[in-house]
Formats: sequence, C-alpha cells, structure tokens
Amino acid sequence: MTDSKYFTTTKKGEIFELKAELNSDKKEKKKEAVKKVIASMTVGKDVSALFPDVVNCMQTDNLELKKLVYLYLMNYAKSQPDMAIMAVNTFVKDCEDPNPLIRALAVRTMGCIRVDKITEYLCEPLRKCLKDEDPYVRKTAAVCVAKLHDINAQLVEDQGFLDTLKDLISDSNPMVVANAVAALSEIAESHPNSNLLDLNPQTINKLLTALNECTEWGQIFILDCLANYTPRDDRESQSICERVTPRLSHANSAVVLSAVKVLMKFMEMLPKDLDYYGTLLKKLAPPLVTLLSAEPELQYVALRNINLIVQRRPEILKHEMKVFFVKYNDPIYVKLEKLDIMIRLASQANIAQVLAELKEYATEVDVDFVRKAVRAIGRCAIKVEQSAERCVSTLLDLIQTKVNYVVQEAIVVIKDIFRKYPNKYESVIATLCENLDSLDEPEARAAMIWIVGEYAERIDNADELLESFLEGFHDESTQVQLQLLTAIVKLFLKKPTETQELVQQVLSLATQDSDNPDLRDRGYIYWRLLSTDPVAAKEVVLAEKPLISEETDLIEPTLLEELICHIGTLASVYHKPPSAFVEGSRGVQHKRLPGSAGSGESVESPDTGSAAGVSDAPPAVIPSQGDLLGDLLNLDLAPPATTTGPPPPTSSGMQMGAMDLLGGGLDSLMGDESEPLGGDLGGSPAMGAGFGAPPAAMPASFNAPVSGGLDDLFDLGGGVGMPSGAYSPPKSIWLPAMKAKGLEISGTFARRAGVVQMEMTLTNKAMSVMTDFAIQFNRNSFGLAPAGPLQVLTPVSPNQSIEVALPLNTVGPVMKMEPLNNLQVAVKNNIDVFYFSCQYPISMLFVEDGKMERQVFLATWKDIPNDNESQFQIKDCHLSSDAASSKLQGSNIFTIAKRTVDGQDMLYQSTKLTNGIWVLAELRVQAGNPNYTVSLKCRAPEVAQCVFQSYEAVLKN
Amino acid sequence: MIHSLFLVNASGDIFLEKHWKSVVSRSVCDYFFEAQERATEPENVPPVIPTPHHYLISVLRHRIYFVAVIQSEVPPLFVIEFLHRVVDTFQDYFGVCTEAAIKDNVVVVYELLEEMLDNGFPLATESNILKELIKPPTILRTMVNTITGSTNVGEQLPTGQLSVVPWRRTGVKYTNNEAYFDVVEEIDAIIDKSGSTITAEIQGVIDACVKLTGMPDLTLSFMNPRLLDDVSFHPCVRFKRWEAERILSFIPPDGNFRLLSYHVSSQNLVAIPVYVKHNITFREGSSQGRFDLTLGPKQTMGKAVESVLVSSQLPRGVLNANLNPSQGTYTFDPVTKLLSWDVGKINPQKLPSLKGTMSLQAGASKPDENPTINIQFKIQQMAISGLKVNRLDMYGEKYKPFKGIKYMTKAGNLCQFRLH
Repeated sequence: MTDSKYFTTTKKGEIFELKAELNSDKKEKKKEAVKKVIASMTVGKDVSALFPDVVNCMQTDNLELKKLVYLYLMNYAKSQPDMAIMAVNTFVKDCEDPNPLIRALAVRTMGCIRVDKITEYLCEPLRKCLKDEDPYVRKTAAVCVAKLHDINAQLVEDQGFLDTLKDLISDSNPMVVANAVAALSEIAESHPNSNLLDLNPQTINKLLTALNECTEWGQIFILDCLANYTPRDDRESQSICERVTPRLSHANSAVVLSAVKVLMKFMEMLPKDLDYYGTLLKKLAPPLVTLLSAEPELQYVALRNINLIVQRRPEILKHEMKVFFVKYNDPIYVKLEKLDIMIRLASQANIAQVLAELKEYATEVDVDFVRKAVRAIGRCAIKVEQSAERCVSTLLDLIQTKVNYVVQEAIVVIKDIFRKYPNKYESVIATLCENLDSLDEPEARAAMIWIVGEYAERIDNADELLESFLEGFHDESTQVQLQLLTAIVKLFLKKPTETQELVQQVLSLATQDSDNPDLRDRGYIYWRLLSTDPVAAKEVVLAEKPLISEETDLIEPTLLEELICHIGTLASVYHKPPSAFVEGSRGVQHKRLPGSAGSGESVESPDTGSAAGVSDAPPAVIPSQGDLLGDLLNLDLAPPATTTGPPPPTSSGMQMGAMDLLGGGLDSLMGDESEPLGGDLGGSPAMGAGFGAPPAAMPASFNAPVSGGLDDLFDLGGGVGMPSGAYSPPKSIWLPAMKAKGLEISGTFARRAGVVQMEMTLTNKAMSVMTDFAIQFNRNSFGLAPAGPLQVLTPVSPNQSIEVALPLNTVGPVMKMEPLNNLQVAVKNNIDVFYFSCQYPISMLFVEDGKMERQVFLATWKDIPNDNESQFQIKDCHLSSDAASSKLQGSNIFTIAKRTVDGQDMLYQSTKLTNGIWVLAELRVQAGNPNYTVSLKCRAPEVAQCVFQSYEAVLKN
Repeated sequence: MIHSLFLVNASGDIFLEKHWKSVVSRSVCDYFFEAQERATEPENVPPVIPTPHHYLISVLRHRIYFVAVIQSEVPPLFVIEFLHRVVDTFQDYFGVCTEAAIKDNVVVVYELLEEMLDNGFPLATESNILKELIKPPTILRTMVNTITGSTNVGEQLPTGQLSVVPWRRTGVKYTNNEAYFDVVEEIDAIIDKSGSTITAEIQGVIDACVKLTGMPDLTLSFMNPRLLDDVSFHPCVRFKRWEAERILSFIPPDGNFRLLSYHVSSQNLVAIPVYVKHNITFREGSSQGRFDLTLGPKQTMGKAVESVLVSSQLPRGVLNANLNPSQGTYTFDPVTKLLSWDVGKINPQKLPSLKGTMSLQAGASKPDENPTINIQFKIQQMAISGLKVNRLDMYGEKYKPFKGIKYMTKAGNLCQFRLH
C-alpha cells in the first residue's frame, strides 16, 4: 500500500473519475481522491479542472485532508482566482481556531495564494496573528508579511505591517526574532533605500542574544543581518566578534561561513597589535579547513570563498597548504578551485611540495585539469623567483611527454616566464622549436611566435620558422595574426638584410588583404614607422618591456573589499559584485569594509578618511570604460602639444594621439609601449648622442616655439583653464662670470600655458662680443630637453644683458639624477663651451590634466602600499585651506575632495607629472596652526621629496 | 529564498517538482541538463548554474539530483545544506532515498517539503519535530490507518518547536533507558612511493543513540580533549562549557543524532595503520610485467585490520594479469583494467601478498602511466587518533541509564598509495 498506486491510473477518464470520487460521501474515499490529485500535481499534470471539487473538501476537521487541500490551493489558486475566493471564508475561520497549528497553517497558506482579491481579506487575520499569544503563530505570521509584500508591497506599507515586523525583532522568542529578521531582510532587498533594518547597539544586542538560541537557519539570517552593521568603535567590534566566534563550531556550514563573514568584516576595525586580533586569526583557520571535508558541493562554495579570504588575509591559511592538495576523486570543479588556491598560497617555504604535487597532476587524465596544472607550474615560477629554475625544468620534462595539450600549455606559460625573467632561460628555446608543428591552438601558436620574434637573433632559422606560419596567414585567428605581424617586424629590425621580403609580405597581408581593423591598423603603424624612421621603429618595437607582475589574476582591491562583505553569497561564488548579476537589485548598496579606527597612526588615517568619504559618493567603484578612454585621451593628447615643434597640421596631431592610444592598447605582449612611442615620434633619437655636441646636431624640427593657437586648443580639450598663477621661483645665478670667461647666466624655470620654459638672463661681462649661442642638456630624470635652439639673434656686446626664454619638452633621454630635479646644462658660444648644473622646481612638470576622478583617487590611494607614503611638515604657513587650495591649483595641484574633521581641514589632492606619474596627497590644515602636514603617496616614492619642496615653495610664495 | 525544487533522476527526467512561491516552469531545468551533458561524470555537474532569470543550485545524492531554483541573492551554502537536510529526512523516513521510494511516498514527501520550508524559509527541519508533525510511514501504521481512517498527520503542535530545547520533545518515556555513543573515524591519506605521508587527515564523528526518559542533562568528558581543536557540534552542546572546561554538556535530542564531528590533520598525530610493500615493474621490450604486493599492519595497538579491500587501476597497456593471492580472492577487469583484491583480515604473522605477472600488448612500449593503490579497511575497538572517552554522567533525572561506547576506524574515500 504505497502512494505509487496514485500514479497508475492514466486512463482517459481520469479527471472524470477523480471528480466523482471527490464528491463521494465517504471521508476515506475523498481523502484518497485528494491524494491522487496531489500526486498528479507533483509530476506536473494539469488537474486544475478539479478546483471546485477539491475546494469543497476544505471544510473538514481532518487535519491531513485540510493540509492536502491547502497544498492544492496554493498551486492552482492563481489560475482560478474567482474560485479561490470561495476558500476565503474557511481561511478566516481557521485563523480563529483554538489550535495554534491550524491558525498558523491558515495564515501561512493564505499568504501563498497569490491572488490580489484574497490578499485584502488576509490583512485582518494577519494582523491578529502577528500579535498572537502563541510564538509559533507569530513566527509564521512574520514570514507571511514577506509573502504579502512580494504580492502587494503598497498594501503592506499602508497597513503598517512593517512596523509590527520591526517590533518583532524585540520579541521574547528567538525563533520569532530570527524569522522577523529574515522577513525584513527579504523585504529590504527589494527596497534598497528604505531604512528597514536600522541597526543600533540595542537591536544588535537582541540579535546576539537570539543568535544563541534559535535554529541553525535563524542563525544564518541573524548573522547575515549582523554583517550589515557597522560598529561604532573597535571595542564594540571586538565584543560582537567574541559573541559570534562560537558559531564557527556549528555543524551547519552555512552558519560557519556567515560567521566567517561577520568576523572578516569586523576584524578590519580591530587594531592589529591587539592580542585578540591574533587569537581571532588563529580561530578562523580550523573551520575553513573543516568545510573542505564536507560534500563536494559545499566544498566548491567554500573554496570560492576561501579564494577571497586568502587574497585579503593570506596569513590565516598560510600553513594549511596540504588541505588544498587535490584528491583523485574530487569532482573537477573542486579540483580546479583547489589548484587556484594552491598557487595563491605558494611561497618559498612550501614550493617544493607544491611543485611535486603539480607535476603529479599534470599526468592525470582530465584534460582541463591537466592544462590548469601546467599553467599553475608557470604561475609558481613567476610568483616564487627561487623556484623558477625548477619550474622550467619541470615544464621541459612535461614537453618531453609529447602529449599535445600539455606541450601547448607548457609553451604558453614558458612565454610568461620569459617575460618575467628575460635572458635567463633562453637555452630551452631549441626544445620549444622542436614542437612547433604540433601546436594547433591559437594561444600556443601565438606564444611560440612571440618567443621566436623576441629571440629572433638567437634562433638561426627564425625567418624560416616565421615564414612557415605565414603561409596560412588568413586561416589563423586574430591573436596569431597580430603576433605574427609583430614578430616579423621584430625579426626585420634585428636582421634587416635577409628578411626584407618577409616583412613586406606580412605588411601587405595585414594591411591589404585583411578586413580586421586591429590588424590593419597595427600593420599601418609598423609600415609608417619603418618607412619614416627605422631607428625610431627599432626603439619602439624593440623597447624594453616592463616585467610582468607576480599575480596578474588578483581581484581588484575595491572589488575584493566588497566581496569580503558578501562572503557566503552568490556574489562570492561568482567573484562579481551583486549589482552585476542579481536581478532587480538596481539600488543594491555597495558594501565596504569598515576602516580601522582608534589608532592614531598617521599611516592609517587616510584609510578611514577615504572609507568614510565614499559613503556619500555615488556607488560606481570601478571607472567605467568611458572614463578610462577619456583618461587615455587626456593622457596622450596633452604631451604632443609640448613636443610637436612647428605648427603642425591638426591632422597629424590627431593621428599621433590615436597612435599613442593604440600603442598603449595594442596588446599586453608588447608591453606598455606608449611611452617610448611618444618619445620617438618627437623625433629625438639623436638627442642624447653627445653631450656638448655642436648645436648643428639639433633636429631641425624644433626651431619654432609652440604655437599659441594649438595651446588653446588643447586647453579646451583638457577642460582646464590655465590659471596665470603658476609659481615660478626668482632667478638665481647659475653660471658666474668668473667661471665662464665673462658670461654670466642667471635663470629660472616657469610653466606658461602648459609649456615648461627655461628663462635666462645672459650677461656679457667680458670685453668682447659674444655670438653663436647654443644650448644642450645632459640626460635627466624627466627627459627635459630644449624644444628648439637658443634664440639669441643678435650678438651680445660687452656689459649687455639679454633675456631669453627657452621652451622645453620632456621627451629627451631619461637618466635618474641625484637629486632628482638636477639638470646639467652645457652652453656654447663663440668663445668656449661652459657647463653648469641647476635644479628646477618639480612643479614645472605638473601637467594641467592632473585632476583625478574621485573614485579613481580613492582606489589608487588604497592601491599604493603604505610604505610608499611619506609625510612632511610645512611650517609657518598662514593660509586658509581654501586659499592654499587655490594657490596650489595655480601650480596644477588639484584638490579633489575636502573633509573637515574636528576643525581640521583635510584636502585630498592629486597631481600628475609629465611622465605620467601620479602623486596623491593629503594636506591637513588646522585652523590657527601655522604648521601644515602633507602626506604624499606615489608609486614612485623618490619624487616625494621634490614634490614636497614644491608644495612648500608654492604655499609660501 | 528557495523558490522551487526539482528532483531529477540519472536519466535526466524530472520526477518531482515543488514550488514554495509562484510556479517556475520546469523548462528552467534545461540549463541544468545542458550542464549535465557537458559533464563527463555525473558528479562533475557544477553545483551552481546561472540562468537568465534564476540560479540553479544542485546536489547529487543517491544518484538523484536535487535542483533548487532561487531568484535573489541567497547564500548558496544555505541552499546546499538545506538540500542535504531534505535528503537526510527522506532517508530517515523511507529507509532509502531512491526514486522508487520517493514515488511510493509522494504524498508524505509533499507534506514534508511543505513543512520544511515556508515561502522559502526553513520551518521545521529537525527530524524529531517533523516526525511529530508527519508520522513516518510504516507497514503497520498504513494498515491501521486504512482500517480506522485515521491520518498520519499529527494533530498537536510539536512541543519541541518552541521550547528552549527545540531539538527535544517533552514527555519522552522509555522502559529501558540507554545511551550509546559510536566514535567513528575515517582516515584519508596519500602515501608516496617511499612510504612517507603526503597528506593524512582524520575525519571523525561521534554518533549517538540516546533513549532516555524525561529531560536528562548529560556530560561527556575525554581523556585527551586536546585532540579536538577543530570541531562542529550539534546545536545541543553548550559551547561555553566546552571552551572553558573541554567537557561536552548537553540535553540530547531523542533518538539518533550526530553529537559532533571533528577533524584531525596535524601530521604527527595521524598514522595510517597499514603499510604496502610493492614491486610493479615493466621491462622495455618485454611483453611481461611483474606484480608483487604485500600488506602489513602498522601501529594498530594489537587490534585486527579487517575487511581489507585493495584496488588498483593498472596501465591501459596491460592485457591480463595472472596473479596468486596468499589469501582472499582477486579479480581483474580487462576492459576497465581495474584490479581488485578482497583480502579480508590481515594476519600479522602471515602477511597477505599478491604476486604474479601481467601480460602486455606485444610490441607495445613500456606503459608510462603509474598505477596507484587504494585501500579500504576497518579496525574495530580503536580510534586511530587515540581519542578516548573518559566518562559519561547524567543529571536531572533519577534513574540509572545503561551506557555504552564503541570505537571504530575505517579508511575514508581516499587511502591512496602512489607507486612512483
């Protein structure tokens, strides 16, 4: 006698038969019939035609029958709204039943009937049930409010149910509290702006009390709710952590992970030197390890979250490498995640073990897994320098297996190893070349071609190898085509004599026969470069590439912070912010980790500052693509204004900008070549040829100052008006007459209309006329170079002084000087060559578009390690913060945000140097205190001292 | 919260659906079927699958996929834990969790699902409480119900639902009061060819069967509680007391439950109680390979290693194996190349061995795959971690209960010896 009998009647008149049975007088027969109906319903058969007959059975004192009818009603009420009204009376009656079980059942079922007309009748019974004496009814009613809200949100608000629900948070029964929290959280999700769950210390305390006593599911809801709270100070934060830690030992993994979320978030507020902080760190590891012995599905979610935790706080799991070793019977999705975490935890201490494991994995059967294992070996080599050699030899072993996909994957990672450690492992190239024919995947082919091009001078038959690829050029994927083009151009530049034909062939293939715009454009760039200036082409194409960084796949820090706040959710599984994929969450608020509070260290305070600053800022964290593009344009269009000499046709300026853009974005393999490209377009290859060389060596294109019209144009483009107040120090004597056979030079630097100028007074203190002046700079830190010859048109007679302004550009050869802003100059006249050195204020190099986007500033500030921060005092400055701000603005130091805390103004400022280095600053001005504090953060900390000097100079003048 | 649940069998048919909110069309499962097709093995279907409007979170248990449909941001672990709970409840009610059992009891299944979730919120998931609400089907009850016309749905509000101890009902009465505890440890290890341990960990549980009258308050103490630094407790355990005194103090649920599970991973504490001596060689150019395997016990404190089962995936090039076991029987499947040897009990005086030759494809080169050996075994009366219960006391009730504690160690999913 099992329920399977209900499935057996599949005759034609089934519905008819059931109808008869439902209307039978016998109770037992009725019940059997309802069961049959339910059974049909569960397998998806349509039994809605029986609606009136089933509803007729509702009036019964048999609880099971009642439940069955309720089940049926929930399923079909939507399709039969008019009929459903018939049931209302029974519901209302049941809500008054003396048995709490029936009261709860009725209110619960009513909420599930998604028919507008019924919801109106639901309000009164629901109101009663929310205040019912029995907690079982109350907790059911709490959930019912959420159901009702889903059907008719307005109704719930009008009826004041939300307030009643809030009251239930203070209920005496923990289960009621938990359900009220769950219901409020769900409602809040569709109402991002409503302040439904306004958490204050009192409610938090109630939640924490309920946390200990409610069911595991209730604990999850409460913990998730707690995670949204921001404690007032570190002490409150610690006390919450203490009360949450016992949850780490719960058998339910969802409770554990939610507790981990709360702890990870609140830990941010604890001072790191606190004993409790260390204790907490230690307590977090065991539960995370335990999650990995659960069912594979749980493991998967846990691993995705551990991936985040390891990035944020690697110290928690650094000793637990072994638990991430892959087991042969793990499902593939678990294996792949474990590999990822193994690499993140790899360090010098455990690398031998990790490599042995990875090698083991590379011989397994599952192709995806093997590929990822091979890739992991490469990532280890890049991450742990000491292991690079061992990794390379392991990869070579794997190549010897000749298993096709292993070889291909190995070649792709070896390319990355070459990029990290150039000129170290080239001996393996021969082995790689042997496997050329077996490569059939675009990524592997592209990698191999890159290697051949990069090391063309060491591969005897590089031209043959590349030629062989060229035959099927049009069948290759774009990736391979682009790479082939670049590689052949490299080859040509290295071995010009033998490969002329080849390069012409590839250029014509790329530009004439291809309809891919990227390929065509790159082809044209190369073509033009090669035809106008092969030397420049060489410097561009064969420029030194920046080393690739250790961890290319780290999650961007702001996103990581947000994801840490979402541990245990879908967002953490997808590693995307919830706003990116959750439907109907347009207004989801971005969550942030709280900053560490209470510590008076100056290193920490900007962090809190920026975290607090963000709360009122718009939620866009990552600059949208449009912004990035805008930045790129600003970045690249501005410098040409100072570099192009004669009034150029607008089109060429445009073109240059466009090329710069391309150069930056061409592809990652070429590295960031926009810098040298810009330099070379300026046409200064001969610049650094010889210090003190005759002026005739000056490139002819620099003989006119920058045209004013062009300046205006770029000013408009930059959107920055040119304030006249750029600070310029007074002239000082650079070259005394005694040292220079009667020639005295005093001078200063100024930035006028976006152009750096060297303003000099030449005084002839000798007895004879001076003519034929010329000037030359030594290499210097920022590539300063004269943008034209020294304009001294008339001979300088004895005792005469003339004023000269020499426009400078910043595309000359670069060499780091000590001090950074030192400039060595050679001046020649008809008498002799004289050398002197002078120091320029670095503020000359602050460009007009140095105003950072607020969001970018925040992100950058956090991104730059604290070690790069330096702090200075400016004494005896009596400006108000606003006056200081406008004064600094005159010198292209832009104030992005201002905050006032306890009478202290904090100005957040950014400025950009001509070579693209950003300097971020926090200027603190205390009313009535003449001493300012400047904190500077920059990726190139060397400039800090100079920048500070400029701050001081600008503010005091 | 959880919108809907679909049960899918191994052949990809939906045989049950349940909706807690509005009805979600079963076509949403097409995304699941796509993922199922892509997966090489049934267990490789990813647990979280996004679709344009929903997310599918699934678990595979007893060859049935339990696919939950969610629409908003819900903790996936919450869903997975709940699905596991559903499976456990089915198993608890019907003895097994199979498609047939679920179909046989479809109405009870439906009632259970309705009771476990309300609008996607978990309602009653404790087996104790569910059983009071919906009586499990038994042959006797089915017959009685048919005759008397009574139902298997409880008429009363379960007492545990709201009491301070939600896991225990009031008014429990037994004539024989007894409390049994099983300490079961599973050891997972990977051993390399030189016999040193690559990883080893113990996953232990203490399962209890407590049938005590009234509201007993139990305390359980250990000889060496320091072993337990990574534990998950049943909600009944008072955590404060454990933190302070390392004593388990609790009011137990009625019947069977898992008191705690723990995890021991530190290398020096974990020793695998079996060793393997092996010599498996292939010579270049020869169509024969030698196979020689001997097992022995290690640090078992005199307890016998029983139910030993050795299995090994031999290289693809092996055509057949002609072996001679000193005890037990072996089989070799020439299609899957799986060698399995049912050893039985290890006698320390006469170690079991399996020796002989393997024939290879003529002319084929030496196989480059390296076989691994997986071992299963059981040891009674011993917990391999050394965990020992000190004493069990009962407060709150007057009678003297009968108490018992049993230990057992067995190999986990993975007890692997690498032979290269």
